[in-house]
Amino acid sequence: MSLRVDDLTVYYRSLRGDVKAVDGATFAIRDGEIMGLAGESGCGKSSLGKSLIRMDARMKHMRGRVELDGQELPIADDAKMNAFRFRRVSIVPQYSMSALTPTRKVGTVARELLESRGEGFDEVRPELRRRLELVGLSADVLDRYPIELSGGMKQRTVMVLSTLLDPSLLIADEITSALDVSSQRAVGELLVEFRDRGFVKSMIVITHDLAILYQIADTILVMYAGKLAEKAPAETIVGAPRHPYTRLLISSLPEVGVRFDETRLAGIPGKPPSLLSPPTGCRFRDRCPLAFAKCEEEPPFIELEPGHEVACWKAAA
Amino acid sequence: MLSLDGVSKVYKVGTFGGKRLRAVHGVSFDVAPGEVVSLIGESGSGKSTIGRMVLGLSRVTEGTITFDGQDVSRLERHRLHAYYGDVQGVFQDPFSSYNPIFKADRVLTLVKGFFPGVGRREWEDKVEAALHAVRLDPGTCLGKYPHQLSGGQLQRLLVARALLLDIKLLVADEIISMLDASTRIDVLNLLGDLKARGLGVLFITHDLSLGNYISDRTVILRHGEIDEAGATTKVFGNPLHPYTRMLVSSVPQLHTKWDSAAPKTVAALPESDAAARLVEVEPDHLVAAAGVEGGP
Repeated sequence: MSLRVDDLTVYYRSLRGDVKAVDGATFAIRDGEIMGLAGESGCGKSSLGKSLIRMDARMKHMRGRVELDGQELPIADDAKMNAFRFRRVSIVPQYSMSALTPTRKVGTVARELLESRGEGFDEVRPELRRRLELVGLSADVLDRYPIELSGGMKQRTVMVLSTLLDPSLLIADEITSALDVSSQRAVGELLVEFRDRGFVKSMIVITHDLAILYQIADTILVMYAGKLAEKAPAETIVGAPRHPYTRLLISSLPEVGVRFDETRLAGIPGKPPSLLSPPTGCRFRDRCPLAFAKCEEEPPFIELEPGHEVACWKAAA
Repeated sequence: MLSLDGVSKVYKVGTFGGKRLRAVHGVSFDVAPGEVVSLIGESGSGKSTIGRMVLGLSRVTEGTITFDGQDVSRLERHRLHAYYGDVQGVFQDPFSSYNPIFKADRVLTLVKGFFPGVGRREWEDKVEAALHAVRLDPGTCLGKYPHQLSGGQLQRLLVARALLLDIKLLVADEIISMLDASTRIDVLNLLGDLKARGLGVLFITHDLSLGNYISDRTVILRHGEIDEAGATTKVFGNPLHPYTRMLVSSVPQLHTKWDSAAPKTVAALPESDAAARLVEVEPDHLVAAAGVEGGP
């Protein structure tokens, strides 16, 4: 197992109390697995991703253990995490188009990044050029300022820079959301290629777009209101989901070929609960058409069959 | 009802406006009552510029836009005011369309000026009917501040405001891109229901599956020019322009994987007056001639 997360719980401090962004997340990622992490805005998917690299100082790590390649990640400790960041765990951030320092040339950003980790820029430079060419960029981008690059070019540059030291785990946070369909496809296929070439051992791809995950991910983990709802192979999540939330979400997505005049799709009524004081029991209960008395108790995240886990009383029964 | 004829927009850019940037070039299409026309393009294709020109927020450089026979591309103040009684726009970000200091239903109160003779009772009935039409419950959304409502509710409230004016055409510029998957389909269905009441909708989006779901006719834009246009079933069912084919094959689908043989890029066409040379290949299906193999 590449990554093992056990009962991870992360809150944010706020004036009105703790925002319970991630509550008791337990899952594992195999070597070479691309796991998609999906959910609506505010479901905690970005928080879960960022907590694995501890990017945000406002995060309060409540409990839980994270193991990467059999070694515990000190995710509660900013200073100790420095030894792992970039080298073992890396991130392509949500706004990677603005992740490059505007007043530095791309090459200077790369040099400073590498030197801060004690690596010599000149040793890595040939590999950097090779990888830039692989993603369809010429090595000239190193002599350019970020403003001279288009959105898609910046996205690919950041992808190459963050995976330069062949990290064991890459967290890609909404990296396709701001792109046009044709660049979306190019970036999605690059992620798969990075895994195939061994630049990255395993990956967490965070997005709200299930269709793109179906194209590139091996497994998909669906979150709802800070809790894990369902994890299964991508084919199963799309073709035979068991959690009522996943089912409703999949059936509400329009596809090319589905038309209003012929098939009227339906949304999910209601909205997710506030994470300041989430309800006890199943958090999807108020919007769920299958809810019954037992849903007042919290459903465990259990394995229905190998590789398919669900947190729902009805699905487990 | 709405008709664009050879519409172009040139922006002056650079330090002293010395450079010219052609955002839209020779675009012509119509929107009929009770019809949803989607305007699909990638970023920089000029789709939002066309929406802004239709709404009179941006001047037309060349060509004409007519609405019910009247040229609306160069309207002056009081005539523009009357035009806004027929045509309204809703934009992408529902959270920035509202002033957070005031209650959300202020957007409804602000249009009361259009109805000087209407009494309070009658006005309340009108508001209730409009909210009912967008499937909002007056009790849950009146008297609330914007932050207390969801994105979908805010967006529907803006559509309700447009309906209060009894408009004929709605320009919907990326109105659901900021909404979550579970609620965006409700806003789309709402557009479908309003179309049945005779409202024309210009639906601007970059998302092909959304455009395909809701629209009767589709216009594919690239670099400010029309590449392909016509009935949605024909444009998506039988895409002829290489660019449209590339777009359709790049859309991530839920049950089919990307076709690895499909082209991923399309070479830019040579500078030409391609937009002027749209060829009708079958009834209600136009393709830019320069892009079609064997074309002139």
